[in-house]
Amino acid sequence: MDLWFTESHTENVRFSVKVDRQLYSEQSDFQRIDIFDSCEFGRILVLDGFLMLTEKDEFIYHEMIAHVPLSVLPKAENVLIIGGGDGGTAREVLRYETVRHVDLVEIDEAVVKACRQFLPQTAASFSDKRLQCHFEDGLKYIRRCENQYDLIIVDSTDPFGPGEGLFTKEFYGNCYKALKPDGIMVNQHESPFYKEDAYAMQRAHKRIYDSFPISRIYQAHIPTYPSGHWLFGFASKKYHPIIDANWKEWKKLGLKTRYYNPKVHAGAFALPNYVEAIINEVE
Amino acid sequence: MKKLTQNDVPILEALQKLKQMRIVPFDVPGHKRGRGNKILTDFLGEKCLSVDVNSMKPLDNLCHPVSVIKDAEILAAEAFGVKHAFLMVGGTTSAVQAMVLTACKRGDKIILPRNVHRSAINALILCGAIPIYINPQMDKRLGISLGMSVDDVKRAIEENPDAKAVLVNNPTYYGICSNLKEIIEAAHASGMLVLADEAHGTHFYFSDALPPAAMHAGADMAAVSMHKSGGSLTQSSLLLINDRISEGYVRQIINLTQTTSGSYLLMVSLDISRRNLALKGEEIINAVIELVEYARSEINQIGDYYAYSKEIVNGDSVYDFDITKLSIYTRSIGLAGIEVYDILRDEYDIQTEFGDLANLLAYVSVGDRPRDMERLVSALSEIRRIYKKDTVGMLEAEYISPKVILPPQDAFYMDAEEKVPLKEAVGRVCTEFVMCYPPGIPILAPGELVTPQIMEYICYAREKGCQLTGPEDMEINYLNVVKK
Repeated sequence: MDLWFTESHTENVRFSVKVDRQLYSEQSDFQRIDIFDSCEFGRILVLDGFLMLTEKDEFIYHEMIAHVPLSVLPKAENVLIIGGGDGGTAREVLRYETVRHVDLVEIDEAVVKACRQFLPQTAASFSDKRLQCHFEDGLKYIRRCENQYDLIIVDSTDPFGPGEGLFTKEFYGNCYKALKPDGIMVNQHESPFYKEDAYAMQRAHKRIYDSFPISRIYQAHIPTYPSGHWLFGFASKKYHPIIDANWKEWKKLGLKTRYYNPKVHAGAFALPNYVEAIINEVE
Repeated sequence: MKKLTQNDVPILEALQKLKQMRIVPFDVPGHKRGRGNKILTDFLGEKCLSVDVNSMKPLDNLCHPVSVIKDAEILAAEAFGVKHAFLMVGGTTSAVQAMVLTACKRGDKIILPRNVHRSAINALILCGAIPIYINPQMDKRLGISLGMSVDDVKRAIEENPDAKAVLVNNPTYYGICSNLKEIIEAAHASGMLVLADEAHGTHFYFSDALPPAAMHAGADMAAVSMHKSGGSLTQSSLLLINDRISEGYVRQIINLTQTTSGSYLLMVSLDISRRNLALKGEEIINAVIELVEYARSEINQIGDYYAYSKEIVNGDSVYDFDITKLSIYTRSIGLAGIEVYDILRDEYDIQTEFGDLANLLAYVSVGDRPRDMERLVSALSEIRRIYKKDTVGMLEAEYISPKVILPPQDAFYMDAEEKVPLKEAVGRVCTEFVMCYPPGIPILAPGELVTPQIMEYICYAREKGCQLTGPEDMEINYLNVVKK
């Protein structure tokens, strides 16, 4: 049998993964959800035809979105995750014992249900008592929050479809309002490589840059995302991502990570010239 | 011949048949199904260009409908519950003008509220009718003009028994309705026609949860913007008539100014939208009501903003309110509606319908998604957080009663006319329009006296960033006035 999952990375570029079998398929109120067993990447989660995570490389994304801000705030207590219905980001955040409470706001409950059933590698975190799920629009949820969180992680889908509102100025402004005076917001920041993605990335950066006093971008290699070169945004009210990283406290925690370490942390903020150029245009 | 039902879409079916026939076009339009204009075809799509065609036997003719357009008009009339419906391709402007031109000849009087759309006063310039303005009541706090009080209309009818018609807005841009039933009774009792500008009221015909539609309340003619709440293409509209009006005469009037190359893109969009409203109108409107009610409650929870609704109903000048309208009072955060409108577009990529000096209007329809509404509400919340200031120095809008010195036509075509710098126009009789667009309600109409109060309003609106339109001088540094 020759069964392949294919995602168009651009109109002219396709990325295909050989599929062993399809485990799950559902059209929820918001999107189509598919889960496959693949030959190379293990289980993979696909939303509206876009690959969201694979068992093989999800650690890179989830470690980088969680540990970069948490090494700056190793004593964070209240964390908000917007999106992240697969549970991977929550898994990494909950490894910090100082974290007392995590609110996870996912618009689509069906994603969480499917992941709990088929992706325990990430979704086991949903059993943690410190985690509380809210199934609603992130933009609506955050409107009511003020001076409440140490860290907000925006683990969204792409800036089209249900995640659209999470790339807007009104959303970032509301995140600013929801954070404590030394709070940090980290977000999934798309890719700088293909033209359409780069444009979305640039727009998002401009909006964050306008909303926060400190706004930096860092990168990671994620083999299954378009171009493999992925960015994250680090926006902060007070702390600098490198100068203020608290390595003493962080190392005390003794967390074992597969991708992330202090050198990767600092290096991730060193961007290629062409990416700097895209960012500088809007700063 | 089979009996027509609301499931039928005669123009759509005729266009589909035409495509199948693969007719060789040696007629206009010259782009020949798009082949002659590749860039336009790539942009709009081959499907679209292939039905941008001219009148021909299988497609009927808008100027003289005898087959598929006639059928589409019959179905539209049935859907709206009126005697006849005309498909219009020149916007609701053309429908409003056709109403006025049908009712009035040169020198005839017409009773109308001053907060009419410019299209109505334009029609007075064309036909030479004389306006008898009714002072629409004003809500001092919100700074918006309301509907007509029944007593004011009755008085105008008594004082002008020779008037030919009464024109009503149903509703106003902000969603406010007058007491139609009593106004219609009073007008009919004096032998006057009632014309309804329902540019913002198409949906009234398809829901019991909304104010009554003018034609159902007994009006004689109504102009309905299908392209607003009806979902058809921009510039398409319907003109509705009841028994007192001759269909043939109205068609003659329409043909005075209507194109002889009516667009089939516009007509088919009317046909499809009519079917949609007839079959699913109530469901669609209920969804809009639900979304707007949600937004109103969220916006009112932000603080300071006031998204108003039926609580402003007062039994007369606000006899009823269209709850699908999302009008938001913004002056309480220290910003004019137009300023919030600009910030929403420039900073938040959200385009609203219009802002005036105190209010913002977001147009909500079948095409809106709950997540877009979340964006609007969140952006308003952010604008309050970031921009809120005190309200000192903000102009309180009030109704400025126009001093009509000359009929609009006489003033507009005035020979003894001169151009003066704007500020020197105070005390002179204006011969042209000045308005903020949108909403396109004139601040000054031809023949009206320029008072100091009006000048202050024009300058303030310009300073706040309203787009002022109307005068010959597009910069509005000069105004045309009657020579001394």
